Amino acid sequence: MSWVTFFQQLMNGISVGSLYALLAIGYTLVYGILGLINFAHSDVFMLGTYFAFFMMVIFLLPWWLSVLIGVALCAVVGMSIERVAYRPLRNAPRISALITAVGVSFFIENLGLVTVGARPKGFPRPDLMKNVYVLLGARIQGVTFWVPVISILILFVLFYIVYRTKIGIAMRAVSRDMETTRLMGVDVDRIILYTFALGSALAGIGGVLWACKYPQINPLMGVFPGWKAFTAAVVGGIGNVVGAMLGGFIIGLAEILIVAFFPGLTGYRDAFVFTILIVFLLVRPGGLMGEAVREKV
Amino acid sequence: MTVGEISARCRLFLTVLLFGLLMLGVVLAERYLNAYLVRILNTACIYVVAAVAYNLVNGVTGQFSLGPNAFMAIGGYTVALLMLPLAQKKEVYFLQPLIWPLNAFSFPPSLFIVALFLGGLLAALFALLIGIPTLRLRGDYLAIATFGFGEIVIVLANNLIPITNGALGIKGIPEYTNLWWTANWAFWTVFVVKNLVNSSFGRALKAIRENEIAAEAMGVNLFRHKLLAFVLSGFFAGVAGGLFVTLISTVSPTLFTFSMTFNLLIIIVLGGLGSITGSTVTAILFAFLQELLREVEAPHTIGSWTFPGIPGMRMVVFSVILVVLMIFYRRGLFGRRELSFEDVLYLLLGRKARA
Amino acid sequence: MRKLFVVVLCVGLLLSGVASAQETIRIGANLEMTGAVAAYGQMIWEGINLIREIVGDTVLGKKVELVLVDNKSDKVEAANATTRLIDKENVVAIIGPAISGSMLAAGPICEEKQIPIISATATNPLVTQGKKFVFRACFLDPYQAAAAAQFAREDLKAETAAILSDIAQDYCVALGNFFKEEFEKRGGKVIVEQHCKTGDQDFSAQLTTIINANPDLLYVPNYYTEIALICRQARDLGYEGIILSADGADAPELFSVGGDAVEGLYHTAIWDATKGLNDIGQKYIDRYKEKFGKDPNMFGALGADAYLILINAIERAGSTDPVRIREAIEDTENLDVVTGKVTIENGDALKPVVVRKVEGGKFVFVKTVTVE
Repeated sequence: MSWVTFFQQLMNGISVGSLYALLAIGYTLVYGILGLINFAHSDVFMLGTYFAFFMMVIFLLPWWLSVLIGVALCAVVGMSIERVAYRPLRNAPRISALITAVGVSFFIENLGLVTVGARPKGFPRPDLMKNVYVLLGARIQGVTFWVPVISILILFVLFYIVYRTKIGIAMRAVSRDMETTRLMGVDVDRIILYTFALGSALAGIGGVLWACKYPQINPLMGVFPGWKAFTAAVVGGIGNVVGAMLGGFIIGLAEILIVAFFPGLTGYRDAFVFTILIVFLLVRPGGLMGEAVREKV
Repeated sequence: MTVGEISARCRLFLTVLLFGLLMLGVVLAERYLNAYLVRILNTACIYVVAAVAYNLVNGVTGQFSLGPNAFMAIGGYTVALLMLPLAQKKEVYFLQPLIWPLNAFSFPPSLFIVALFLGGLLAALFALLIGIPTLRLRGDYLAIATFGFGEIVIVLANNLIPITNGALGIKGIPEYTNLWWTANWAFWTVFVVKNLVNSSFGRALKAIRENEIAAEAMGVNLFRHKLLAFVLSGFFAGVAGGLFVTLISTVSPTLFTFSMTFNLLIIIVLGGLGSITGSTVTAILFAFLQELLREVEAPHTIGSWTFPGIPGMRMVVFSVILVVLMIFYRRGLFGRRELSFEDVLYLLLGRKARA
Repeated sequence: MRKLFVVVLCVGLLLSGVASAQETIRIGANLEMTGAVAAYGQMIWEGINLIREIVGDTVLGKKVELVLVDNKSDKVEAANATTRLIDKENVVAIIGPAISGSMLAAGPICEEKQIPIISATATNPLVTQGKKFVFRACFLDPYQAAAAAQFAREDLKAETAAILSDIAQDYCVALGNFFKEEFEKRGGKVIVEQHCKTGDQDFSAQLTTIINANPDLLYVPNYYTEIALICRQARDLGYEGIILSADGADAPELFSVGGDAVEGLYHTAIWDATKGLNDIGQKYIDRYKEKFGKDPNMFGALGADAYLILINAIERAGSTDPVRIREAIEDTENLDVVTGKVTIENGDALKPVVVRKVEGGKFVFVKTVTVE
């Protein structure tokens, strides 16, 4: 492999990895505060692209406004899911919440298949995102530069919210001990609703950026990115935002570089990701930056 | 222990009687029902095997596994490769030949039962391998790891063309499965799992479900109990997969995707997590319901109006059912209760059943 | 009284049966009119009826009567329908189910009862393998891949090729394999083979490897979604060679997703719905547009082909004896049907493969390829 090719593959990996990282933050945020794998996260990700798409195509709104509305709608959808499906199960056994999460995810996907159909739609994207730049011989899409920038911006906003605002303090309190927080006079339900709004908005942003890189949207587009991003969150240490980003880059790079170095094994690409997951669960279940997993008594 | 408990000998007698009735039912069904109904009954019995096995992990032990499709796939491919006649092996593998030694032998029909057991055992072995790293961890991780494993199995099925024939799948598997086989396996799966659940081992599993820490404090070895339940569940899932492929005579990677797991999840939730009776009843219901909902997806003509079919509506309905059940009726149809011989006897004698 | 009525009825039915047997030739249609793939069966039925309006419905001076039985897209029903058509409806030949699974169920029954059956679209190789009475009106994946390889070598003059195929689709895997075989037989070399999976969105790793090997041609025998994204990413990564795909590319989404990246893409197709290859093909297209107000579809065209092959065979056989009809079908050579000139060989149809190219956001006819 030539140096340029290697560099190109490295860029490919970073490019995919940064998108996983962005998605992984949403998973880890909800998990960190509620201890729930929000299986529907990847479907909100998909919805975000459709919302933006319909704003552009039906209401003929400009790109940036469509995306903003799409992200806002994602937040609303996220809150609705929480209110309708997860809240009634807050005190139920964990397995009930997980089953509900799987159910909600399947519902959104299949409703999408029934309403907009399985056939993909082309996603319009601005030149800023789709232009190709050449850097040291490697060809890189505009969106690849933007995703890490946006991700880091989001990271700062998140840190600000979680560590500097009242809601953030309440979020952290909820993640430590929900009952005590409630007794302290905090409206726990409202805080959880905000968490979902935040997580779902992140999914919406991730979805739009994903569609800028891969300009094709369909109701099942979130499934695999979702699982890989979740794997990234686990690898990074679930509940840890910085870990989720790190995990995203690791998964993206691993996926691409394994294919790059072993071209005969390209068909196994998805299996690698899940093998990494299982290996991590075996040797370091807490992830790279997470604490050791311990059940609270 | 309540008054009116049936003695062990009487219980054995009733079990044998039930078995006899079931077999009589099979004979009658094979003779008098049409092929379509027999086919649905076959599917129903296979669902019973898979759902009861799945319930042992998810319902009885309270561990959230998302991997029965993987174990069914392993069992299904194993049985297919063992039973496929040699001539068919040559014909089907036209892209790349089947590897040695699989291309050199084929089980005669009389060894079908052996093939099913081998399929189950191989699935159980994989359950062991996947269970060891993940069952030590908190519940959620099992869900992720088993889902990941399911995807790995599908990727392997697509890529290991000299073994699985890849996406082309294996066609022309002899249709050995009939109502006789499926009903027997359904019966024995229920029998084994039910007796297991009522043993001290089963009580330990339920203790784990209720409170792991308390169970551990009582001296239950969490890991070993979970692992054994998981492996046993894997075995029966493998057998169910084997029965399935010899029923529909073909196997391909798309047969055992996550939708299969989702179907089983609906069955055990609807029946009541932890209730063997519930899983059995709803598995049968589900097989028929699936056929009914097929109608929803087909176009209908009423008078001069044609309503287009809505493909995929089935899954929308199922996912709504799942969520609504979880929110409003988490107990499912049977909760954690079991239908016992006592209940039936009391019912028949016209007295009130035990509380 | 009642008995008498029944006897009269029976005699009446018998007489009418005898009468109709003398005047008409009964052909069965065992199609998916309801169920999962109802659309296929309905399109085929549409095509059969349309071609009857064009060429008429008589052969050997007798009227051809079509007996339609719905197989509900189910293979058990397809088998039942076949038995019913043969035993109860006394058909001399059958136009079979659209999908391979149902055709595999119907085939052995026709073999046993010695009634020829021809499917419009069943593509599984096992459908006709080792059978005497089972036919199909479409060509198979190996044939299409061979045509693609011939076009790549003879017309595009490609020396080296790369293949990126979808490992999760039997259609794609098979095309990839047969293309490689034929391309190398014709003196070319496949220098790199890569795989992806249905639903994949990122192909950058595979494409970078391919571009590094610098092939003259990239063969992507996948479905339109993947093809569009592959073209997009290949061009973004700087690939400037030719891209060739198969009939899976034929969908409007190819353009909405692929945009300018699919410009110049070649693909092989069963036929070109905009331009007839012969007189009857053009008539079919015109008639279809006139009647339905849209471009005709492949299923209907192949349904029409199946009907034409049968009618032509009955005419050449000069009889309605199913065994002689079967021989006549097998002898079909260079018969003009809707999708071109067809020859039947070992139960399968051989006919020219259409090659098209994307120009200005639509497919443009390039040429037809007949595999030599």
